[in-house]
Amino acid sequence: MAATHVDKHGEHGAHTALAHHFDNMEQQREAGSIGMWVFLVQEIMFFGGLFLAYAIYRAKFPEAFAAASNHLDWHLGGINTVVLIVSSVTMALAVYYAQTGKRRPQVGFLVVTLLLGTTFLVIKAFEYAEKFRDHLFPGASFQWEGAGDPNQVQIFYWIYFAMTGLHALHMIIGIGLLLWLILSAWKGRFTPEYHSPVELTGLYWHFVDIIWIFLFPLLYLLGRHLEAGGH
Amino acid sequence: MDTKLASSIEPTEVPPRVNYLNREYGLKSWLLTRDHKRIALLYLASVTLFFLLGGIYALLIRLELLTPQGDLFQSHTYNKVFTQHGILMVFFFLIPAIPAVLGNFLIPIMIGAKDLAFPRINLLSWYVYVVGGIFTLWALVSGGVDTGWTFYTPFSTTFSNSYVILAGIGIFITGFSSILTGLNFIVTIHTMRAPGMTWFRLPLFVWSHYATSLIMILGTPVIAITVLLLAFERLAHVGIFDPTYGGDPILFQHLFWFYSHPAVYIMILPAMGVISELIANFSRKNIFGYTFVAFSSIAIAVFGFLVWGHHMFVSGQSVYAGMIFSFLSFAVAIPSAIKVFNWTATLFKGSISYDTPMLYGLGFIGLFLIGGMTGLYLAALGLDVHLTDTYFIVAHFHYVMVGGTVMAYLGGLHYWWPKITGRMYPEGWARFAALVVFVGFNLTFFPQFLAGYMGMPRRYHVYAPEFQVLNVMSTAGASILGTGMFIPMIYFIWSMRYGRVAPANPWRLPGLEWRTSSPPPTENFEVTPVVTWEAYEFAPPDAVQVVGKFEPGDEPDYPPVQAPG
Amino acid sequence: MQGWIPFIPERASTLAPRVDGLYFYLVGVTIFFTVLISATIIFFVIKYRRRSPSEIPRPVAGSLKLETLWTVIPFVIAMSMFVWGADLYFHQYRMPKDALEVYVVGKQWMWKFQHTTGQREINELHVPVGRKIKLIMTTEDVIHDLFVPAFRTKADVVPGRYTTLWFEPTKPGRYHLFCAEYCGTNHSGMTGWVYVMEPTEFDQWLAGGANQESPVAAGQKLFQSQGCTSCHGLNGEGGKGPPLVSLFGSQVKLEGGQTVEANEDYIRNSIRQPQSQIVEGFRQPLMPSYYKEQLSEEHLLQIMTYIKSLSPTRTQGLSTTAPARQNNERSAPATPEGMGAKEPDSQRSNPVGSTPPSVRTPGR
Repeated sequence: MAATHVDKHGEHGAHTALAHHFDNMEQQREAGSIGMWVFLVQEIMFFGGLFLAYAIYRAKFPEAFAAASNHLDWHLGGINTVVLIVSSVTMALAVYYAQTGKRRPQVGFLVVTLLLGTTFLVIKAFEYAEKFRDHLFPGASFQWEGAGDPNQVQIFYWIYFAMTGLHALHMIIGIGLLLWLILSAWKGRFTPEYHSPVELTGLYWHFVDIIWIFLFPLLYLLGRHLEAGGH
Repeated sequence: MDTKLASSIEPTEVPPRVNYLNREYGLKSWLLTRDHKRIALLYLASVTLFFLLGGIYALLIRLELLTPQGDLFQSHTYNKVFTQHGILMVFFFLIPAIPAVLGNFLIPIMIGAKDLAFPRINLLSWYVYVVGGIFTLWALVSGGVDTGWTFYTPFSTTFSNSYVILAGIGIFITGFSSILTGLNFIVTIHTMRAPGMTWFRLPLFVWSHYATSLIMILGTPVIAITVLLLAFERLAHVGIFDPTYGGDPILFQHLFWFYSHPAVYIMILPAMGVISELIANFSRKNIFGYTFVAFSSIAIAVFGFLVWGHHMFVSGQSVYAGMIFSFLSFAVAIPSAIKVFNWTATLFKGSISYDTPMLYGLGFIGLFLIGGMTGLYLAALGLDVHLTDTYFIVAHFHYVMVGGTVMAYLGGLHYWWPKITGRMYPEGWARFAALVVFVGFNLTFFPQFLAGYMGMPRRYHVYAPEFQVLNVMSTAGASILGTGMFIPMIYFIWSMRYGRVAPANPWRLPGLEWRTSSPPPTENFEVTPVVTWEAYEFAPPDAVQVVGKFEPGDEPDYPPVQAPG
Repeated sequence: MQGWIPFIPERASTLAPRVDGLYFYLVGVTIFFTVLISATIIFFVIKYRRRSPSEIPRPVAGSLKLETLWTVIPFVIAMSMFVWGADLYFHQYRMPKDALEVYVVGKQWMWKFQHTTGQREINELHVPVGRKIKLIMTTEDVIHDLFVPAFRTKADVVPGRYTTLWFEPTKPGRYHLFCAEYCGTNHSGMTGWVYVMEPTEFDQWLAGGANQESPVAAGQKLFQSQGCTSCHGLNGEGGKGPPLVSLFGSQVKLEGGQTVEANEDYIRNSIRQPQSQIVEGFRQPLMPSYYKEQLSEEHLLQIMTYIKSLSPTRTQGLSTTAPARQNNERSAPATPEGMGAKEPDSQRSNPVGSTPPSVRTPGR
């Protein structure tokens, strides 16, 4: 009965990128793709704890959260949102050109994505610097003059820093991955048969964007309507 | 299955020249290996180390509790001892033990794959585990932790004077090891099954590990972020868990138990998988109600995420929340009950051997029965109010964790030892040790149920004198249990060199892992196997109607996977 | 009564026999199933032992009927436990209205009690037999848990909020009081005794501490000294701040449309974090937050008791012990001078306040 199965491994001149323990490229790609999805599910749970903390404290301290949120610069946040959405588009295009085997546009779009990601981080860095200057980083030096209880506002800022900081960390990892992709793509390693790394990094990049799409309204915009209507 | 092929198996009874153990030598060949079997052995060594350490702490606890006064340690030392016992045993032994050792070794072989889907990630997970372990050991060596393994706030964030952050970092890092293991298992089980190995032909061991992996993926990140928040709270006092600054200490408990209750299922589900293997294989029967046992694992994994609130029935949460959590906790007991009934039914009209693994398997059912049923006491709201935070709960989870997980782990180690090392363990000693463990275990933990109902609170260094008799019994039991655990450690090491050479299929079983040599070659099989049989198919399918034995002369062994021609 | 059953703690509350009843039911079910399954396994293991090494038994097909049976039966049994347990839990955690109140503050590593008459105790609690006792509890530091095995009840004592616990002792005697939630170094030393006394004895005992200032009186003084009067009125009638008379137990409409019940926790929260729940019409956040540094848990409890006493119709529980004393206080808000002088003294005898500075990690 074992004879009925012929190992495909040696048959069609195995691709150089095929790991020894996979039977064929199809299986390897599937494994990579499921692996990335599972990883992203794990990421959702990772951020989930913070979203839960956010939800609870927002319900508990609506006033302080609104006041603290209004203090964030939604213009910068908004610009960053646009930057990330555009970077998702360019990433998708890079994946498309990897699938169709066009090296130059592939490298080009990867570089544009990289630049947009860096832009995001630079803007974020300015925001952080401003917060540090204003003593809004939670801890011993925290100061708050505005409306709302300072302790409650501090909890908001800690959640803000934890969430955006974790997000920024993911961005930095993403940029590292992009650098590696650009190098590999430049050398022409990706072909229509083998381009999983580009695809998987794409998935990861979109995920990081989506997290931001949630963070932006929750952190930057939530208090606006209260301010407008309240008093 | 073609039984004629059975006669052609003789050649594989001789161990092949090259296997995963003797293919390469040297430290480097181990530390840089990507072979799931070698990584499993790396895990075996490190998990055993932590088990020993945790065991020493356990004995110290029992020694101290011999008398009602605190005469061996001072209170803060005792608090560190039980905290460290908990941390080491939970995060560094119980959670990784079965998945990372047995699961790692067997899942690829059982599904007919050459390795896990991501061998490098697998190795990485071991290194991550070791780094996490080093941080935790560092915390222990620098002075220890005294928060209890549950790290309740605000004690852990504000009041404890010990190395909470270091230990927290250790747990945070180790968490990623189990995330990576879970990820690897899920992908492997999805994509790497051999031709013919359909989902419902998978051994139940694989099913239970699939369920475990789901919990690892969905739960572990939450504890990671929780520990991170805890550490920062301790550093900067931002107030997220501290009521002084408006935070909520109960939020920590919610986040903690959101992981740590499912984590209990990370510990017990793989054990249930091992027991399904032992019961079916050592009674040479197909498991009774395969689909029920398989899906009960998934059900436990899913329901397990909805019951964390039952740790907080007395924390002042809403009585209605308590009611929902209680209801769901009773619901999660049902799949476990289904498993026990199906295991029992599997024995019916089997051919039951009394080999050591089976002794552990049967012992598991008995102890798990008590462990599981006493869980109902704690799910019953009105009764839990009296029982929670007493020794009743200590006894309950030791019945599940030690009586369940450790028994299954030992049973599994015995069962697969010939496959892992290519040597047999000494059967007589092993049976004796199994008996000692069983007796010692019950003597240790049964009195604790009684002490608990009488009201002895847990984590007490000094206790009221009326509890002493029960504590003396418990300590006496612990010394027997300790001896029982020590014997296998000796003869396992002994057998690696002096044990009888194991044949490919010493138990004469049909599972894929028994159709390759002992120890297996690095790629597990010479060729990718094609599976044409159901799980636990001891006899051809048409034999369901046939009574009794095979015709004389038919070997009850199963054809090995061989190169064609 | 329970002498003939070993390993059962003394039964000294109305709750104890009910909890024991559920316990015996569960023990019965456990024994039944353990014996049933163990006996079946042992029977099978002997009857179907392997008789020859090459024996292959006949496979047995699964049975949907059996699976259904052993899914449904355990489920039904589990539900009976659930209903019984939930019923008991509601009974345990729904506070009776007519209970005698005792205020409890947990602190590393001692229990501090104060009776409504002002009597204070440490690690000892005296209560009369046959009366419902309600404990209103909080903690200065970490989470504790007040556990009296003989009463079969316990509740966590959580910083930042009040938790409650009630019991009705049925038997005079001395019973263990434990801290059941791990609370640090001397956790196992945070124990004490509950003395259940005959009512007459209890009254005598109470009378022994008659010169103590009641929490209501102390609370009223704090109410004045902390400046609450400037907004809430001299007697809590209201002003720039919401009125406090008849507040306790009422439904309060908040800014944003929510309605909450003005219970102990609401009052506590409104003092500690006034901005978190703003009463409708009082949008200007005038009130500062009173943190632990300004107002210890014990003082907060006293103010809370005072505010409760402003709603006499809703707090019969308070007045049942010593009606004369209560009425006296309410009718004569001006406190005698002598009592005022006593206050710091009573505080000294009960170490209150911040934790030792050495254990606080630096940062704030």
